[in-house]
Amino acid sequence: MDIRTDFPMLATGIIYFDNGATTFKPKMVIDSIVDYYSNYCSNAHRGDYNISLKTDMMYESARKKVKEFINAKNLEEIVFTSGATESLNMIAYSYFRNVLSEGDEVLLTKSEHASNILPWFRLKEEKNIEIKYIDLDENYRVTTENILKKITDKTKLISLAHVTNVVGDIRDIKTISKIAHEHGILVCVDASQSVPHMKVDVQDLDCDFLVFSGHKMCGPTGIGVLYAKIEYLEQFVPYNLGGGMNATFLNNGEVEYKSLPHRLEAGTPNIAGAIGLGAAVDYLSGLDMNLIHEYEMKLRKYLVKKLKENDKIEIYNENGDTGIVAFNIKNVFSQDTAIYLNDYNICVRAGNHCAKILKEEINIKNTCRVSLYFYNTKEELDKLISVLEDCDSLYNQIL
Amino acid sequence: MDANLRRTIMLDNFQNPMNRGLKGEKDYIKINTNNESCIDELDFELKIEDNIIKDLVFDGEACAISTSSASIMIKTLLNKTVDEAIEIIKNYQNMIDEKEYDEDKLGEAIIYDEIYKQPNRKKCALLSWNGLLKELEKYKNRNI
Repeated sequence: MDIRTDFPMLATGIIYFDNGATTFKPKMVIDSIVDYYSNYCSNAHRGDYNISLKTDMMYESARKKVKEFINAKNLEEIVFTSGATESLNMIAYSYFRNVLSEGDEVLLTKSEHASNILPWFRLKEEKNIEIKYIDLDENYRVTTENILKKITDKTKLISLAHVTNVVGDIRDIKTISKIAHEHGILVCVDASQSVPHMKVDVQDLDCDFLVFSGHKMCGPTGIGVLYAKIEYLEQFVPYNLGGGMNATFLNNGEVEYKSLPHRLEAGTPNIAGAIGLGAAVDYLSGLDMNLIHEYEMKLRKYLVKKLKENDKIEIYNENGDTGIVAFNIKNVFSQDTAIYLNDYNICVRAGNHCAKILKEEINIKNTCRVSLYFYNTKEELDKLISVLEDCDSLYNQIL
Repeated sequence: MDANLRRTIMLDNFQNPMNRGLKGEKDYIKINTNNESCIDELDFELKIEDNIIKDLVFDGEACAISTSSASIMIKTLLNKTVDEAIEIIKNYQNMIDEKEYDEDKLGEAIIYDEIYKQPNRKKCALLSWNGLLKELEKYKNRNI
């Protein structure tokens, strides 16, 4: 696989299985950022000189690339943010804070990431809304039956991950949107773990809001995307006010905001980040998102099969739909396992992975998580499998 | 100290820690420590009588370094006065942070004297001790 040579980090010999946290960057992404800072560094949306025009063009073309990548209907529906976290917070505070009232219900699941729970907790405090959790089935999946059970005439929003970051199950967003819309309910999707790994088409899913981060899809940190259907985005009240987002303002306090999406991007944006994200989208578009998903599933199946042969290992999501595998060495604290693997240059994540209420469902607080990407190989998995096989002296080694 | 001996003591305190299991009794001060950089979470219960640490127990889920150092902390601090305990903890913190410290005060806790070589484990070794220090200082301020 020569795509591995595209990634400078892979030349270090590190075996990187923490792609759910962030991914390595291909050289063309890194180069695009260096190119901006070296050759046309300037601000966007202003300046009548050539380098500024180029910056503006590159920044806006990144938006167009993202729009096409997720097949949004309108360019105005793509807002650049600092990441999925900021996008979710914006959805909560710039939109739902203004439309929800006391007693309204928001449906979440217990396997959500903190960023899709805590903003809703705040609205619960501020607006006295109710938060309800859709029950997960025995494989920690969301089923339509369980959604229907929780829907009432007070339900206004279902907010959930497309792919969860610990269990790695894919939610059937298209069906969920259909059910929700039949009941007049909006759907917000945290696609941080899906957009990097599979084809995501927002028009096909028909969700009303969707967010993701650039750095989990070969892009730089500090850039992310908020997608919302234009009719809802129009109603967002900007919480960041300043340059770049206003059309005019007068000394009597009258302000006229710019059109979308710029009125939601106050201040100098993360230009280098957007350009890097644009390059990441170009890179991923050169691969086939369906093949990426298939390949990661092939790797996952191989890993699970081999880990099952090791009776020292307990797997928590044997039947996952993505390249996320959560496991523990029996009787070993997950962090100790991660530290042991680090001795072999193998990076895995240990902990609760920011899904702190998932423990109520799987009865286990902390796990080791392998999250794969298309640049991982069977040989890397073999190394992990053999190191886990020889783990009897783990504590002697790490203490 | 011999690396093998150090490891054996840590492992023994990890696998058979001192005073594991909470009492849930009224006259204990409850302390929850959680390591901000990672995932360890240990709960302590502390009983002080006549300014002396009469009992100290813990429970929770944590890594080998955190758990063993909690156990060794308990052994080291039981039956010490609040002031003595604060003094010992400060010496321990200095050792972990590579500052001047009095090793005679530390007893078995001296086995963590090389943790600084693994900077990502320093927080684990400090978790329980920092948590207890905060509580002892609070106690002291209340009782001045």
